[in-house]
Amino acid sequence: MSKKFCEGASPMNVNWSRWKTMLTCAVLLMAIAVCDVRTASALPSGKVMAIPAFARKYGLPCSACHTAWPELNNFGQVFRDNGYQLMNDRDSPIWQNPSYFPITFRITPSWHRETANNQAIDSVPGNGDAAGVGKFTQSGFDLSGMDLWSAGTLYKNISFVLLPSSDPTAVWHFESAFIRFDNLHGSPWLNVKFGRFELDNLISEKRLLFLSNNGGFYQIYHFNDPGDSNNFGFGDNQIGVELAGHSANSYTRYSVSVLSSNEGGVNFTTDVVPGAPPSNRSYDVNLAFSQAFNAPGPPGESGFGQERVGAFAYIGQRPTYFQTLGDGSGPASAVPLVGLGNKPFYRIGVGADLSYKNLELLPLFMYGHDNPYLGTSVPSTAPLPTGAQAPTFYGGFLEAHYYLNPQNVALARFEQINVGQQSFNNISAGVPGSNGNVTAYTFGYRWYPIMFSRAGVALDGEYSRVRTIGQEPLSGDGTGVVANPFNAVWSSSIYFGIDFAF
Amino acid sequence: MTLKKFAVTFALGSVALLTAGATVTTAQSHVNSPDPLLGAPSVATETSSIDGITGHAEEGKHLYRRFCIGCHGPDGNGQGMNAQWIDPQPRDFTEATFKCRSTPTGTLPTDEDLYNAVTRGFVTTNMPSWRPLSPQQRADMVAFIKTWSPRWAKEKPGATLNIPPETAITIESILHGRELFQKLECWKCHGPTGNADGPSAATLTDSKGNPIKPFNFSTGDRFMCGDTNRDLFRIFMTGLDGSPMPSFADVIQPNDAWDLVHFLRTLQVALPNQELTLWQSYKAAHGKDLKPIGPDSAGGAQ
Repeated sequence: MSKKFCEGASPMNVNWSRWKTMLTCAVLLMAIAVCDVRTASALPSGKVMAIPAFARKYGLPCSACHTAWPELNNFGQVFRDNGYQLMNDRDSPIWQNPSYFPITFRITPSWHRETANNQAIDSVPGNGDAAGVGKFTQSGFDLSGMDLWSAGTLYKNISFVLLPSSDPTAVWHFESAFIRFDNLHGSPWLNVKFGRFELDNLISEKRLLFLSNNGGFYQIYHFNDPGDSNNFGFGDNQIGVELAGHSANSYTRYSVSVLSSNEGGVNFTTDVVPGAPPSNRSYDVNLAFSQAFNAPGPPGESGFGQERVGAFAYIGQRPTYFQTLGDGSGPASAVPLVGLGNKPFYRIGVGADLSYKNLELLPLFMYGHDNPYLGTSVPSTAPLPTGAQAPTFYGGFLEAHYYLNPQNVALARFEQINVGQQSFNNISAGVPGSNGNVTAYTFGYRWYPIMFSRAGVALDGEYSRVRTIGQEPLSGDGTGVVANPFNAVWSSSIYFGIDFAF
Repeated sequence: MTLKKFAVTFALGSVALLTAGATVTTAQSHVNSPDPLLGAPSVATETSSIDGITGHAEEGKHLYRRFCIGCHGPDGNGQGMNAQWIDPQPRDFTEATFKCRSTPTGTLPTDEDLYNAVTRGFVTTNMPSWRPLSPQQRADMVAFIKTWSPRWAKEKPGATLNIPPETAITIESILHGRELFQKLECWKCHGPTGNADGPSAATLTDSKGNPIKPFNFSTGDRFMCGDTNRDLFRIFMTGLDGSPMPSFADVIQPNDAWDLVHFLRTLQVALPNQELTLWQSYKAAHGKDLKPIGPDSAGGAQ
């Protein structure tokens, strides 16, 4: 390892080669391996397994509710659908030991490497001209945001979730906060949730097993066509009220949600952080339905497992301009007050959670359609420019989990999003039809080496590679400027993290 | 060696070391073991048969590890890591003694009995209902549970209890059941009013010497082994093995047992039922003529 190598090790160095990166990763792997052996050897030798966040209450192993945490299996789904109750007449908090407090911390220290090419960078590193085109690379140790999760029952059939969540710099917001009235009239088909919560997605992004910048979310859950003013993200928590129901074993599930048209924003804004644009005064609707069944196996063998299929539809609207408030001195003092000129959009799709013994497949297809005013970012008070049309997109993903056992899972995902119809803005610029398309590949492995009482630890390794055309990668990698707008931007993540929850 | 070759070699070596680390750790304790059930008996041939479904112990082993091991333990003896916090204690499968059976006391339960227990769970305990699992998975679990004790290889399950049709719910039936409640000294544990406060209640222990409480009828909770009159009939005709609740199959006739069922329902004052309604009407008119249940009614409760 020469001086040359050491000099090249700067994460900002565009000449930092993949082989050097591999070497760095190998060192990290080696360190993890050594730490694992030593740490595990020092652990108590009792025969113990995992306890989940609710373990202090129920004493079940993590794996009872999770295929691999945080992803739920059907038992966990039923527990959640019942309002975090096992329905064994010991759910109400009056039965709990006074020292019990339903709270869990989750955070992930990590090392990761991010790259994005086709970026406007310095022609000579450090000259600040941003006149060159090249690859941006960053790497190092890092920290995820933190979840401070509390959930449980306030009384029999009254449950709650409170989830303050921070970014890595400890800027907090309320990711989830709701109260739920369960089993109204003694029926599992009637449950009402009120507050801020995740949409009733068959494939939950909040319980994703991937953590990297590029792989740690579903691209299509946050996709909008290039130039579109719509800020909706199907994977984002929304605020409103939800009526949901399920059969006794949750094989059949439905939900109907009425939500503020503000992307889950608080304080009449469109986000959960200060300074977000104001919201409008309308409401969106989300519908979800799914049905599970047991797939029989060959004669003489156990079945393949539980299969679930479902469909969803989100119908919403977003403002195209704002009413403003000023001090009377003219437009310079005007600040947006409330969103007006609502125009509609919708997302529809189907998904599934399929099992073949230890293999789980998660396919999803979604179609998105926005009003031309949203697609072209034109106020509805103005006429649409000639040639403007409703932007559409379609696509989805196929995710695979292979469970070697409850403590080891191999992961892979492929995603593809195609823009079906470009909005006016892009057509006028002679943009190719592929503008906005996204392709993503992600591979990973999670190992839950120790699952102690009141805590879980997972070692997470991932590689994710995403190609976007005409847009910056949704991961946020890159500088925000695409050097050649219609060329592909490849963004990749290599990630090693130690995911732990207490 | 070029940097490229070195990097590849180093990466592969690291992965190998990582794998070796897991293996070493496995050998040292069950804590991180890929197979914490290494000590489990052979499961290759054990099966269960429930209503046309054949359960396979090999599949059940994986399910046991995922769902059951925390309480019932890697040795099946009810000493999982959570056992210390659980009351009542988890079932010790190595003894093959089960409370909820359709078979005579002292005999093994049927596969269906175990399947029903797994499906139903045990109210007011930490054992939840596993109905969210598929019928096949529950059958697989039953097959694996049967591998923990050699009794399953040596003995057949007992003959299933024949439950005759329920007799009519009448005031005479309830009064006769009340007599039996006094005569069989049920009140000594369950209390004169079914509040689990009989004179023996505080002294009861299970077969492992752990304190155990008698069932409290007054709360309206479901019974441990089901919630119908037939379930209640079955409970005191088979007994709850491993607990102080004996079998009365050799003591009373089936018609008497139904009378006792009807009276016990009247003790469930928090659970509206036909027997309770009938009894409350009767008591309103004849309450003063009833002898109290307890030690002072040695000659009969009526």
